[in-house]
Amino acid sequence: MMRLERRHETSRAALVLAPIGAVVFTMAVSALLVLWAGAPVGRTYALLLQGGFGSVFAWSETLTRAIPLILTGLAATVAFKARLFNIGAEGQLYAGALAAVAVGGMHGGTGFELSPWLLFPLMMLAAAIAGALMLLGPALMKNRLGVDEVVTTLLINFIVLLGVSALLDGPMKDPSAMGWPQSVSLQSDLELGKLVAQTRVHTGLLWAVSLAVTVWAVFKYTVLGFDIRAVGANARAAAFAGVPVTRTVVMVALLSGALAGLAGAIEVAGRTSYVTLDMSPGYGYTGIVIAMLAGLHPLGVIAAGVFVAGVLVGADTMSRAVGVPTYIADVIVAASLIAVLVATLLTQYRVRFK
Amino acid sequence: MNTTTVLRLEGITKRFGSLVANDAISLDLQAGEVLALLGENGAGKSTLMSILFGHYVADEGSIEVFGAPLPPGNPKAALAAGVGMVHQHFTLADNLSVLDNVMMGTEPLWLPVSRRAAARTRLLDVAQRFGLPVQPDVQIGSLSVGERQRVEILKALYRGARILILDEPTAVLTPQESEALFATLAQMVAQGLSVIFISHKLGEVLRVSHRVAVLRGGKLVAEARTADTTQAQLALWMVGHAVEAPQRRPARSVGDAVCVLDHVSTVSDKDGGQDHSAGLREVSLTLRAGEITAIAGVSGNGQVALAELLSGTRRAISGTAQFMGRALPPSPARLVQRGVARIPEDRHAVGVVGDLPVWENAVSERLRSPVFSHWSWLVKRTATRLHARRIEKAFDVRGAGLMAPARSLSGGNMQKLILGRALLAPEQPEAAKGDDNRKHPNRAPRLIVAHQPTWGLDIGAVAYVQQQLIAARDAGAAVLLISDDLDEVLALGDRVAVMHGGRLGEARPATAWTREAIGLAMAGATAPRSKGAAT
Amino acid sequence: MTDLLDILANPAFWVAVLRIATPLILGTLGVLLCERAGVLNLGIEGIMVAGAFTGWLAVYAGAPLWVGVGVAALTGLVFGLLHAFLTVGLALSQHVSGLGITLLATALSYFGYRVSFPKVNTPPTITPFAPMDWLPIPILNAQTALTLFALLLVPIIGWVLYRTPLGLALRMVGENPQAAESQGVSVAATRTGAIVAGSALMGVAGSFLTLSAFNAFFFNMVNGRGWICVALVVFASWRPGKALVGALLFAFFDALQLRLQQSGDAMLPYQLYLMLPYLLSILALVLVARKASYPQALMKPYRKGER
Repeated sequence: MMRLERRHETSRAALVLAPIGAVVFTMAVSALLVLWAGAPVGRTYALLLQGGFGSVFAWSETLTRAIPLILTGLAATVAFKARLFNIGAEGQLYAGALAAVAVGGMHGGTGFELSPWLLFPLMMLAAAIAGALMLLGPALMKNRLGVDEVVTTLLINFIVLLGVSALLDGPMKDPSAMGWPQSVSLQSDLELGKLVAQTRVHTGLLWAVSLAVTVWAVFKYTVLGFDIRAVGANARAAAFAGVPVTRTVVMVALLSGALAGLAGAIEVAGRTSYVTLDMSPGYGYTGIVIAMLAGLHPLGVIAAGVFVAGVLVGADTMSRAVGVPTYIADVIVAASLIAVLVATLLTQYRVRFK
Repeated sequence: MNTTTVLRLEGITKRFGSLVANDAISLDLQAGEVLALLGENGAGKSTLMSILFGHYVADEGSIEVFGAPLPPGNPKAALAAGVGMVHQHFTLADNLSVLDNVMMGTEPLWLPVSRRAAARTRLLDVAQRFGLPVQPDVQIGSLSVGERQRVEILKALYRGARILILDEPTAVLTPQESEALFATLAQMVAQGLSVIFISHKLGEVLRVSHRVAVLRGGKLVAEARTADTTQAQLALWMVGHAVEAPQRRPARSVGDAVCVLDHVSTVSDKDGGQDHSAGLREVSLTLRAGEITAIAGVSGNGQVALAELLSGTRRAISGTAQFMGRALPPSPARLVQRGVARIPEDRHAVGVVGDLPVWENAVSERLRSPVFSHWSWLVKRTATRLHARRIEKAFDVRGAGLMAPARSLSGGNMQKLILGRALLAPEQPEAAKGDDNRKHPNRAPRLIVAHQPTWGLDIGAVAYVQQQLIAARDAGAAVLLISDDLDEVLALGDRVAVMHGGRLGEARPATAWTREAIGLAMAGATAPRSKGAAT
Repeated sequence: MTDLLDILANPAFWVAVLRIATPLILGTLGVLLCERAGVLNLGIEGIMVAGAFTGWLAVYAGAPLWVGVGVAALTGLVFGLLHAFLTVGLALSQHVSGLGITLLATALSYFGYRVSFPKVNTPPTITPFAPMDWLPIPILNAQTALTLFALLLVPIIGWVLYRTPLGLALRMVGENPQAAESQGVSVAATRTGAIVAGSALMGVAGSFLTLSAFNAFFFNMVNGRGWICVALVVFASWRPGKALVGALLFAFFDALQLRLQQSGDAMLPYQLYLMLPYLLSILALVLVARKASYPQALMKPYRKGER
């Protein structure tokens, strides 16, 4: 029989070692999968690390992949901090991407051309609002009716994806794409510039990092940040202390959804230039893992995002060379989530066996 | 008297970290006797009984029940040995019926069919034998507190318990219900049961028990036959030094009305007059400056609704509530701004946000005000930390420091933090706009709402809190004290009113009440007279 | 309107309803067992994928169909043990643990599939369960044995929950774990048992897709059915009988939407029809929310010895 005993002090060292220990454990476990695939373990991991972090090109791919991951990671961090379990970042991302194209590629259907200086912020705003609105419904349903937001946000993901498919078949279809379902492209002068020449890394990275810093500052220095942390820790006590709980939950929903929506817009503006059905291989869900790996710390999200991106990119390269299926990256990511949870718990509690 | 020993505890020691909750305690229980286990909060009584019942495992020591050793840490073994426990906080499932709750765990787990008919018959038989009538198929959620306690007791009796542990059973009962319980106890003893009765109330202990064992600071400090002791002696053992009866310090000068409630209701009587919702029904009350108004009553009769109304977390649906001549603001933030200090009933769950640091909790109520934030948006780090430090010093809050999470504070220190937060007004460089306190020279709060402020505290902390309330009154505040501790109500209150079924009786000067009259009022035996606003 | 009546009058429609309902019945019963004991199990989506994959793989490797079902149940059981370890043993957040298991189980399944069949484009097939045409009952005799199993399971689980000591203990653990513990029932053991049993059912629900409804394993096969089961449990107020009704109701609308797509006018994009199941689930949750009588200890971690 297992029993948990609360520890009396937690050392700083333990708090840093916990995620690292978890990751190492995960790597050891996924080594088993590599063996199953019949590939040499050492070489596979070497290729994975090289593919993600071993060259300038690798880093450029990793950083490019990290941009949407940092943003969805931030979306999850903001929401989870207030105990609003936003699992709908995937749908919010697509909603933001669609909004970006609608404003920046189709002029909102008005045919009215504005200067790109005006259009660009409008486009980003539209994406943020689109993402925010997707989460507002479930947040209010939870607050007013007690409906668990996990299931509602999940179901909305499917609905949004179907909506994207319908729009891509219909009004937003790019006529010049020869039947391939993709949207109209963004105006070229609205695209994000490259950060490093001849790579795919775009200025979206600056957006992602500055938003991470902003979220951190909000948590630490503002009244809203306090409200969010208080509501997440103990909503009853927060209400007693005068925190406007419903308003805070709404703000959290708007912010979280907006961040995910911006992830979609920035992907469109920086990487693809149009919307397709497969432009997000589950970034919304991976963002949750990133948020947990970062311990819900906005600055930690940057590091976690880069790490996960590196694993995903590395797995692609490795797979082409050695033949181990790329899904091993998803296994690593999912397993490290569970491992980090366990490791973090062990810094607070001791386990006693009887 | 029959002198077979039915229970023997030898050298029980239990540590939680550096705290020694039980220190080498040895006790025995004789057949057919009621042994009172006396001690104040934190003395170790509940821990000891939890060890006996198997919720905890002792670090050292052994237990023998009816001559056989008891395997530790196993409620099932304790039950099988004939030990039954009636917990202070009932362990009943609201959504299941009385029969479900009683028979759960009494049949072999892998039986294909539950023998409910036989169980029902047995339950009714036991109920009748001990004079505890119940309806087996009623859901627990619809029962009153007294009825639930009966079910708790029946759970143990149904299993054939020969040794019964009652943990503070009268905490939730009116004086009359307590009498009924004592009669039940007598009947149980007559049927051959032995009882351990945990309490911190001296009067009851003398009334009900054959022997008394006193715990203090985890140690057994005294054991005696009840007939040979007195209240004073017990108090001395319990506290370790002579306890003076708290001196009444009457109000010096009573000022104007600070808060007036006129026929305020938070529930309507249209729901068939069922008293479950425990809201307020046509409550009228006047709170005056420089006076402590104490509300007595058994928990669950509307006190929570009254406290929440005046704390800003509940709204009235009819009637008028006024504070300082204007309507009572419905939000906690505005109440604090206008000078209402609130001490909630549950420090851990409502008073502080446990995961956040002490300093943030110290300023949580006023964070939005210009003193602690720029434009209610950016937190002023220096001003807030300074105020937190002032509270820490002035109210002697001890713990792991201002940056430690609030849940790391002990009960007494947490309450001191809450008091400091409520009572200590922040220093303001210049008068803030729209602040009523501008007119008041010392900026102390005008109204203090204290809901069970000394619950669960040790005697030192209790005295401290009570002193603070009296000091605030003497400084001119109106104090509303809601407490289910009758001694506290009578010691502190200048005027006392009794709450029952959501209705508030007439507030009379404390000296005009007798314990019997209050007891009757608590049980609703005297109908409250209808009142106007001038109470 | 006549379109609608034509659809309803066709027995093939009702056959489809039962077929679509089967994995929902099994999955919902699985979630019900976990939640009645007080534990939310969001691993269902992933467990269904894993059950679909391992059950199918076993049959592809030559095992008889019922052994495949058993393998799927075993898969569910193993993931259930993991969830129990995390949420009961370590008292971690039930939301996050469940999501982690969904991600892990799905990733492992897709990885396993790719490792086993690295170069195929069309998924390899197996011979699925045959319809029970020996049964004299219409519509039911077009179903496979797994559907019968699911239907029989409803009254069995109802019996266990309400008429046996085990069921009472399970319900008590989900309502007031302190009470259960003080009356000699191990909360940890009961919750673990419920989670493991429920997860095994979820695995079987997944295997229905690959061994009965279809005959191969596709990516994105489960497509949110697990989440729909979670919604259906709330709709069913945690009662097995109502769970059956909810699953049938849902399957009715799902089958209807498929038929309407085919017969209806081409004005409405087919995606809108496909959205219907998900919208209905959200609606069901909203409608039931007010009066939902949750098992009182649901989602609250229980730490023995902590008061």
